Formats: sequence, C-alpha cells, structure tokens
Amino acid sequence: MASDSDNLIEIRDLHYSRGKRKIFSGLNIDIRRGEVTAVMGPSGTGKTTLLRLITRQLLPHRGTILVDGVDISTLDTKGLYELRKRFGMLFQNGALLTDISVFENVAFPLREHTNLSNRLIRHIVLTKLHAVGLRGAADMMPGELSGGMARRVALARAMVSDPDIIIYDEPFVGLDPISMGVIVRLVRKMNDALGISSILVSHDVQEISTVSDCSYLISHGKVAAKGSPEELNKTTSDLVRQFMFGMADGPVAFHFEAPNYAEQLLGRDAE
Amino acid sequence: MLKDLYYSAIERTRILGAFVIFFLQLVRYTPVVLRRRFGLVVGQVYNAGGLSLVIIMVCGFFVGAVLGLQGYSNLARFNAEDSVGAVAALSLIKELGPVITALLFAGRAGTALTSEIGLMKATDQLSAMEMMAVNPIRRVVVPRFLGGIISMPFLVAIFTSIGLLGAFLVSVYQLGVDVGAFWQQEQLAVKPKDVYEGIAKSVVFGIMASLIAVWEGFSAVPTAEGVGRATTRTVVTTAITVLVLDFIITVFFLYLI
Repeated sequence: MASDSDNLIEIRDLHYSRGKRKIFSGLNIDIRRGEVTAVMGPSGTGKTTLLRLITRQLLPHRGTILVDGVDISTLDTKGLYELRKRFGMLFQNGALLTDISVFENVAFPLREHTNLSNRLIRHIVLTKLHAVGLRGAADMMPGELSGGMARRVALARAMVSDPDIIIYDEPFVGLDPISMGVIVRLVRKMNDALGISSILVSHDVQEISTVSDCSYLISHGKVAAKGSPEELNKTTSDLVRQFMFGMADGPVAFHFEAPNYAEQLLGRDAE
Repeated sequence: MLKDLYYSAIERTRILGAFVIFFLQLVRYTPVVLRRRFGLVVGQVYNAGGLSLVIIMVCGFFVGAVLGLQGYSNLARFNAEDSVGAVAALSLIKELGPVITALLFAGRAGTALTSEIGLMKATDQLSAMEMMAVNPIRRVVVPRFLGGIISMPFLVAIFTSIGLLGAFLVSVYQLGVDVGAFWQQEQLAVKPKDVYEGIAKSVVFGIMASLIAVWEGFSAVPTAEGVGRATTRTVVTTAITVLVLDFIITVFFLYLI
C-alpha cells in the first residue's frame, strides 16, 4: 500500500542508553507524510529522548534516523541547522523566551533567520497569533500567560517559519479540559490545513485517539504495539490493554522492585 | 576504590574538555557578535554593569572611608598622617578596587548571569533556540560574557574613584588632614605603573568572573536544585580565582616589570 517515499522519517534499529540504563534497544518507527503520528508509552520510556534523537539534540549509539532519506547523523552543523528549520517543536512547557513579549517570541525565528521588514514580520506574526486565538495577547509577557495560552503561543512560534514537521512534546499535560480541547483541535487543524506532518508524544490515550492517524506504543526500548487508535483498543496484548485502559497492575508492575514484604516487616531489620 | 578514582578522573577530564570547547566557542563567536549583534551586548552591559552600580558605589564609598580612618590612625603613630592620601590611593588602585569590585560583581552580576542562563536551560529555552536553528551560545551566552567583560573595568574605575572620595572626606573633614597635603601626597605616590596594575587586574578579573558565571549557568544541572548549586559555585569559584590571580599578577608587577 504505502511505498517508502511516503515515510518522512524512518527510524531503524535505534539503540540509545543513558549510563547503564538502556533506553532504546532496536526501535523501528516510520513517520508518514501528512499524518499525525503519536508515540505513547509509560513515563520514563524515553519518549522525550526519542524526540531529541529525531532532532539530533542527541546522537544514537547505534542505528539510523532518516529524514527524507538523509541520515541525520551525517549532517554537519550547517546542514543540521538547515534541517532544523524544517522542524517546528512544541516543548512541554512552551519554552517561551521569558525576557521578551509574546509578539517578539513568535517573531524570534523570523528576526534571526530572515531580513524581512518590520511591517511584514508584524503581518506574519499577527496572522499566526490569530490562528491560535491569541492576537490580543501580543503585548503580554510570557510570565503573564496561563499554561494553555503559553502552549498556544509556542505553537504559533513553531509554525511561524512554515515547517514541514511539527513535533509536540506532551502537549496536553496539565491543561484544563477547555484548553486541552483547543490544543487537540489545533493539532489536527494545523496538520490538515497546512499539509504538514506531526509527531505527537503523549500518554493521554483519550486525546490521542481523537487526533492521531497512527500510534506507536513504546515499552522496554522497543515498539510494543502499532496501529490506529481503534486497532490498539481491540488488541489482546496485556501491556497494551493495561496502558490503554489505565489499569494499575499488569506487565508494568504497581510495586517498584523491593525486598520481600513479610521479611522486611517482620525480619531482623525491624528490630 | 581505584575504580571510583578512575571514573571520577574520566568525568573530570570530560568536564575540562567541555569547558575548553565552551571557551573556544565564546572566543570564536565574539567577533561576529560584536559586529552584528552589538545591541545585545549593550543590553548586557546594562544588566551586568548598570545594575551593579549602586552596590559598587555604596561599597566603594565605605571601603574608602574606612581606609581613611584606619590609614590615619595607623600613620599617626609614625607622625605621617599626611600620607593618608597616598596610602588610600595606592591600596584602592592596586588592590582593593579590582579585588572587591570583582567579588561584588560575582555576588551581584555573576549570580544573576548564572541563574538566568541556568533557568533558561531548565525551562528548555536553550533547547528551543537550538530547535529554531539559533545557536544559544552565540545568541545568549556570548553577549552576556562580553557585557561582563566590558563592564568590569568601568566598575573598578568607579569603585576606586568613589573610594578615594570617601577617604578624602573622612580624612580632611573628619580627621583634619590638610587638603593640599592629602592630594599632593596622593599625586606624588601614584605612578603610571600602579594604574596599569589596577587596569590589568580589572581586565583579567572581568574575563574570569564573566567566564565562570556563564559557564556555571550553561553547564548547570537543569533543575531548581542544580541552578541553585551552580549559583553558589559561581560566587565561590570566582572568589578563589580572583584572589589567587591577584597574588600572581601582583608578583608579576612587583618583580617582572
């Protein structure tokens, strides 16, 4: 059905460890063009690490990451920065620059990389802010925004240089239902209206099912399951079921590794 | 035990290597930033220098005033109280001006630089810049580094001048030293070489204090605790570095020039 050229990003046999802890051991993921791909997994599975590997803020210890067929580990600094101009990234907390206004935050990539006139920059920035509904907040400072607003501003900033790929790192964490609905709708709308591809890292199963075309569930450094939200819901795998339905115990144990309970309570240590 | 030593040696070497690379990057981007982003540097001169003015001026005045008092009472034992101007000027220009300014700078501007850069790191602002294809060393660190370096000699000059004023007011109006004697002794005693020594120290201390502050911020563990520790380290490391270098530069000027 889909040929390889439909894949914008291909991750093959990815290995990465932090100290002695293995984060990924043989991860394979395809990100298809024009789709919203979700990457899910329990906390601590290295979802954010994966995003940092895709954008080459970190280098893999083994395996390759291809963006448009180019192995990103072979790029020099200039090539890397050219690549990053094609990415827009939305950080967990927005990561707005705190010493400049909302307007200047959105204008930042344009001022750094282009020689556009102030009038044109103003035009572009206000358009993007309008798209996320925050044109009225242009003169505010990041510190004055609520969490949801900050994330919308960050989304406007991620879009301002018209990227091919937008990466969302936990975009739904800590938002009230209204802000959450707004962000969910924006993710989908941006993806379809601008014809970009989106990668979304999250563990909000409910929201992901409404917005993603394809989801990967990562566990123990590998892809544990892959498919559309419906396919994942119907799966019989214990791990996937535990994750999708939020069960406290299962393959991911409720108890952190500990010595025998009875021995610890009644044993010599207690005396 | 041996294994721990081995790993700690490797870790220290890694940190040293990272520091050298960081420093080389600062040097590499300095000309570009001075040429194309001078506005950013001016902003940081205000942040590091302008905002330190009050503390520098107040402390300078009182350090000078104490020098006047102590100098007078000690010199009076040898009937040399007229030399108080010379003593105050030499101490301020060669030693107290550069050293105390550097220590105050570490406390006021150095900690601000470290915590600002550290918090930018902890809140992903530096990663966000990387992702927007903007080099954070060039955009954030170098302007702050240069702002500190440019500010320091001016702060030292202001500290020294106000200190001298403090010594003058106390000795002449409080203790009754003759105005003419005060300034005459001062002018006879201070030679150009003394001023050069003060300038050399202020430049070296400025470079070191700024370098330590931006490095600690940039290499801080990106958590609230990590930034707090980095801020403390800035003050401690700067104080030690400044005092050791002060000794070395003093020896250099006394015996080698």
